[in-house]
Amino acid sequence: MKREILFDFVVDKENKTIKVKRSFHAALPLVWQAWTTAEILDQWWAPHPWKAETQRMDFRQGGRWFYAMVSPDGSERHWCIMNYRTIVSEKYFTSVDAFAKDQSGEINPDFPPNNWETQFSRDNEDTLVDITLSFEKVEHLEQMIQMGFKEGFTQGLDQLDTLLNQNKK
Amino acid sequence: MRRDIFQAIADPSRRAIMLLIAVNSMTPNAIAEHFDTSRQAVSKHLRILIECDLVTQKHGGREIHYQLQIDKMKEIDEWLEQFRGTWEKRFNQLDAVLTKLKNKKS
Repeated sequence: MKREILFDFVVDKENKTIKVKRSFHAALPLVWQAWTTAEILDQWWAPHPWKAETQRMDFRQGGRWFYAMVSPDGSERHWCIMNYRTIVSEKYFTSVDAFAKDQSGEINPDFPPNNWETQFSRDNEDTLVDITLSFEKVEHLEQMIQMGFKEGFTQGLDQLDTLLNQNKK
Repeated sequence: MRRDIFQAIADPSRRAIMLLIAVNSMTPNAIAEHFDTSRQAVSKHLRILIECDLVTQKHGGREIHYQLQIDKMKEIDEWLEQFRGTWEKRFNQLDAVLTKLKNKKS
């Protein structure tokens, strides 16, 4: 029997949070690994045709993941940082994201940071990942959504990609 | 200060005003009748909504009517839909990676 995939996406502007919930057909340790290991993150974190390329990963409390979002033709690179705060192995981690100015890793203060809380729980054979993104100001939420465009997640490309995938299957 | 849509809809009174004028444009007096707050407070909310391009003024005779800009509301939906789409895609990619990893193990 094929189980239904759960996908919740709730934007709460009053509380300045976005809650994303998703189930995965895999055991918890594997899903945890996929979220915390650079080699695996690079394979899925950037929405295709963009690519994530890890510069340096230091998954520990106070450590950071420094990576680039690379455009399809490789000409554009957006340097991103995920600063890890609290980590409870195979349960949850909290982090604060940021954009870097360049490869140096210096934080770009023009972009507001977002707070992440990523929780993992078992749901029978599946693993449930529960993300809460919170913002200091409601304007930051808007800015982040607009940044979706900036990172090049253009609708046209997305649609083309969906079409291509459908044909493959 | 720059005004934006999210700031506009963050306030419950402004959301109530938007609901009120969604169907029919209304005069400030008619809008204020629905609220316990002062006329002044309602005017202030209307001003913010105008600055965000969510509401426009229509002059008819001696009266001003306020009208909701539905297209601007759609813009919010589009933003969110795109953002949601990014996550959806990311997760589908993770599904594929997890399947690959599971197969490698077994």
